[in-house]
Amino acid sequence: MTTAWEPVIGIEVHVELSTQSKMFCGCEVSFGGEANTKVCPTCLGLPGALPVANSVAMDWIVRIGLALQCEVSERSVFHRKNYFYADLPKNYQVSQFDLPVCRDGFLDVTVGEESRRIGIERAHMEEDTGKSLHQGDGGRIHSATSTLLDFNRSGVPLVEIVSRPDLRSAPEARAYAQDLRNLVAELGVSDARMEAGSIRFDANVSVRPMGTDALGTKVEIKNMNSFRSLERAIASEIDRQVTLLEKGEKVRQETRHWDEEAGATYSMRSKEESSDYRYFAEPDLLPLVFAADKVEELRAGLPELPADRRARFEGLGMAPHTARALAHAGAELRRTFEEAVALGAPPATAANWVAGELTAATRRLETPATLDGRLLFGLIEMTEEGRLSSSAAKEVLVEMLKSGDEAEVVAARLDLIQISDTSALEAAVSEVVNSQPEAVERYRSGEQKVFGFLVGMVMKATAGKADPKLVNQILRQQLET
Amino acid sequence: MHVDIDIAYVARLARLGLSAEELSFYRDQLGVILEHAAKVQEVDTEGFEATAHPLGIVNQFRPDEIRPSLDRVEVLAAAPATEGVYFVVPPALEG
Amino acid sequence: MADFTIASAGSALAAGEISATELLDSVLARASLTEADLHSFLTIDHEGAQAAAAASNERLRRGQSRGPLEGVPLAVKDNFCTRNLETTCGSKILFGYRPPYDATAVARLRAAGAVLVGKTNCDEFAMGSSTENSAFGPTRNPWNPERVPGGSSGGSAAAVAVGSVLGAFGSDTGGSIRQPAALCGVVGFKPTYGLVSRYGLVAFASSLDQIGPFARTVGDALTLFEAVAGHDPLDATSYQGPVPEIRPTLAEGVSGLRVGIVRELGGEGYDAEVAAATSAMVDNLADEGAKVSEVSLPSFEVALSVYYLIAPAECSANLARFDGVRYGLRVAGETVEEMMARTRAEGFGPEVTRRILLGTYALSAGYYDAFYGKAQKVRSRLIAEMATVFEQADVLVSPTSPTTAFELGAKTQDPLAMYLSDVCTIPANLAGTPAISVPIGLDSAGLPIGFQIMAPALGEKVMFQTAKAVEALANFDARPPLAVSP
Repeated sequence: MTTAWEPVIGIEVHVELSTQSKMFCGCEVSFGGEANTKVCPTCLGLPGALPVANSVAMDWIVRIGLALQCEVSERSVFHRKNYFYADLPKNYQVSQFDLPVCRDGFLDVTVGEESRRIGIERAHMEEDTGKSLHQGDGGRIHSATSTLLDFNRSGVPLVEIVSRPDLRSAPEARAYAQDLRNLVAELGVSDARMEAGSIRFDANVSVRPMGTDALGTKVEIKNMNSFRSLERAIASEIDRQVTLLEKGEKVRQETRHWDEEAGATYSMRSKEESSDYRYFAEPDLLPLVFAADKVEELRAGLPELPADRRARFEGLGMAPHTARALAHAGAELRRTFEEAVALGAPPATAANWVAGELTAATRRLETPATLDGRLLFGLIEMTEEGRLSSSAAKEVLVEMLKSGDEAEVVAARLDLIQISDTSALEAAVSEVVNSQPEAVERYRSGEQKVFGFLVGMVMKATAGKADPKLVNQILRQQLET
Repeated sequence: MHVDIDIAYVARLARLGLSAEELSFYRDQLGVILEHAAKVQEVDTEGFEATAHPLGIVNQFRPDEIRPSLDRVEVLAAAPATEGVYFVVPPALEG
Repeated sequence: MADFTIASAGSALAAGEISATELLDSVLARASLTEADLHSFLTIDHEGAQAAAAASNERLRRGQSRGPLEGVPLAVKDNFCTRNLETTCGSKILFGYRPPYDATAVARLRAAGAVLVGKTNCDEFAMGSSTENSAFGPTRNPWNPERVPGGSSGGSAAAVAVGSVLGAFGSDTGGSIRQPAALCGVVGFKPTYGLVSRYGLVAFASSLDQIGPFARTVGDALTLFEAVAGHDPLDATSYQGPVPEIRPTLAEGVSGLRVGIVRELGGEGYDAEVAAATSAMVDNLADEGAKVSEVSLPSFEVALSVYYLIAPAECSANLARFDGVRYGLRVAGETVEEMMARTRAEGFGPEVTRRILLGTYALSAGYYDAFYGKAQKVRSRLIAEMATVFEQADVLVSPTSPTTAFELGAKTQDPLAMYLSDVCTIPANLAGTPAISVPIGLDSAGLPIGFQIMAPALGEKVMFQTAKAVEALANFDARPPLAVSP
């Protein structure tokens, strides 16, 4: 008998805030600057230097926490996390321990048709480390001959968001990570670019026999540079653990790195005593007290969150999957939607266009483009009036996106406008009816399929531009009188 | 009170490369000091929490403003070893 | 001129009777006579000091004096960062280190027109009570070179005592200003925690460290304090409120003041002569109209234990940055871990090593609650006890140190005995409250005795008022033998 295994996954996210200056000093937060030029006594850990917390970073972690439905601690404390590492200038990281700024939130995540609520254990404030560049043999840690250090990143504000172990599959973990990334980007507090390292994901993975409650031994996976690699890494780690357990072996608690090329995780030499961080309250920084009115002020300043947006969209009558897609779509796409609706476009129709064709078309374009809501409204109007076939409308949309011209102009240029003028069509239909007495007779004697032939004749006569719906309607009228 | 001290472990945590003789010397001294310090355990501290600042002040922040960084030449001049515009150290044993 | 006080030098400078350069030359001449015996300085910045004195002369000539410290030669302990001027903290690990910035206190002294003569010797990273833990050799006591000057700011105390500067600054984490002040016969003051910025003071124990002055008189100590006190946006723990106004009531005396004698700071372990001098001074205060009573602070009995858990714990993290990567000593190693471990073992002296180990242990998994965590709670209890006692007394008094200056080497092999010499001074650090040591006489061996006055947080006004009265009552005007020109 084979056991069914249930994966248990938690995700730790590090978000670099895009404040002007660093967390505890006035050095500029800059990515890709010349090495060791954005450093000062504080972020270099020079003797005697002291930290002072950045007020905007503190507001922003509260923003993040509120967007994740967290409770903002009335009183919170910075701690020192002690460990020696060459790119950690003070050999302790200013972080938080048992009194984080934000606690107990959640994020609703949908995979396929299923929506699941993923608990957020905490979000806390800390500082980033410098960067190590391992020299020799392709920059791999193990065989490096020396390490170069750049401290520009040292002290950049980092928010660490820790989920509860509520995720149950690799795709679910990916969906969580993507939604979280989009949320953070939307809050305007971080570039949240995974490839640039401004948002970083680590996963804790364990498996257990389905139906049991006890947690298995967890393995931490690092070094995942895209959402795709995050999903692959977790899937691969789940397989590895299941294989071990099925062979009767044990999973070792450790940290493993994802190797994108090999498509597998590999073990890091485990850090000795790495868990004895000797946390204690940072005496150079004062406790953080968040007054209720300050928290409410920050809450009021939050943009509409994806979850709220989705509910609003569903209320406008769109299908749940469209509402979800649109709620999580980029700000530009959503603006196109909101503008078109404001001009009078039916929300469900506009949503279908934006979440469907527009999203797809935007992705296909090499240079990013946005569509004015007014243009989308014009397009919808033409299709509603029957002056554009649905396939023609798709063609017009792509062209509008490229040229920025109105639907009317583009459709005329591409010669795609349907004849929807009733009197013109009536004339064309009469002509066909009069010129095909035999066919008309067969239809009237009950041979239904002849109707299609007659429609085809009308379309031919109008060079394919007649609105087929209208042709149907007029032809039926004339045949039955 | 007798205090157990795994002095080699403590020295490793503190990144102090001490000899066996030094370790045993410090273990003995720490034992004496900690026996004295352990007196704190006899004090009733029911209802007391750690004090963060004697004046009870909280929330001192700085505005999010950029201030000049140090000159790199000066920064690197203080370093025991550099390579180009970087500080340089021997390779790491641990990940 | 080297026997000027800051106040008298200020008058002479303002009146144009002397120039800042002449004053500087006279203290440097004093230093050149005494330094061979004393070793109170680690660095004398002849060039920088001469330039500062010349600039002072110019301002004085134009009537643009920056205040009472204009042209006054001062020194700071070697754990104050001074831009481009060697700052070693008495440690081999920082030998040759020149910071790229000035500590806030140093910047304020320069802005006040003071002439920075140099950097004074101290116990390595301010850890010690005798200045014997300096990697560059001990400072000696100007009253008897066979004796220690106290510590850790022994260099500052000795330099002021002999007049090789008119005032100096130190840092006080467990008594490191007051105890050497007492042992060298000068005034030493530790302000309320947060009144003087710690920015640029190389940290020993962040929650206890406080910068303060050494001077020959209480008035001079106040002048020095006023120059550096006040909020600093670079130190998050610095107090944003106003600095207490002290000078207007400085000479108002002690009549009607409630003076508490701390029961726990006396008895066994205290020199008889120290105890006698202390109680004689208390009697004098009573004669002046002070209301004297005995008070009890049971937590003082364990203050030393609390201190020797909290201070090493903080120091173990504060000193982690000395790793051979960005500055200071590096001892080569095959791996970065080995390099760091060798650098630190080689760079730190035994007392610093001991405290790092102690602090690391007290914070480590399984021991935190019993040691560091518990010590923090006892500290809060001590603060609460002091708050209660300060409802009954305006100031508390005690000896500054249980003994007068001890012989070099007497306690170096017994850390606990050395720690006990801070037993009277530590409570004020734990509570963050102000305390001052004022010299009140010499013992039969000709060694100075210090008298400590403690006040509640931000209670500097009443503390200084009492100190001024004690100074007048003691009328201590003896000069150390080393200060007397041959």
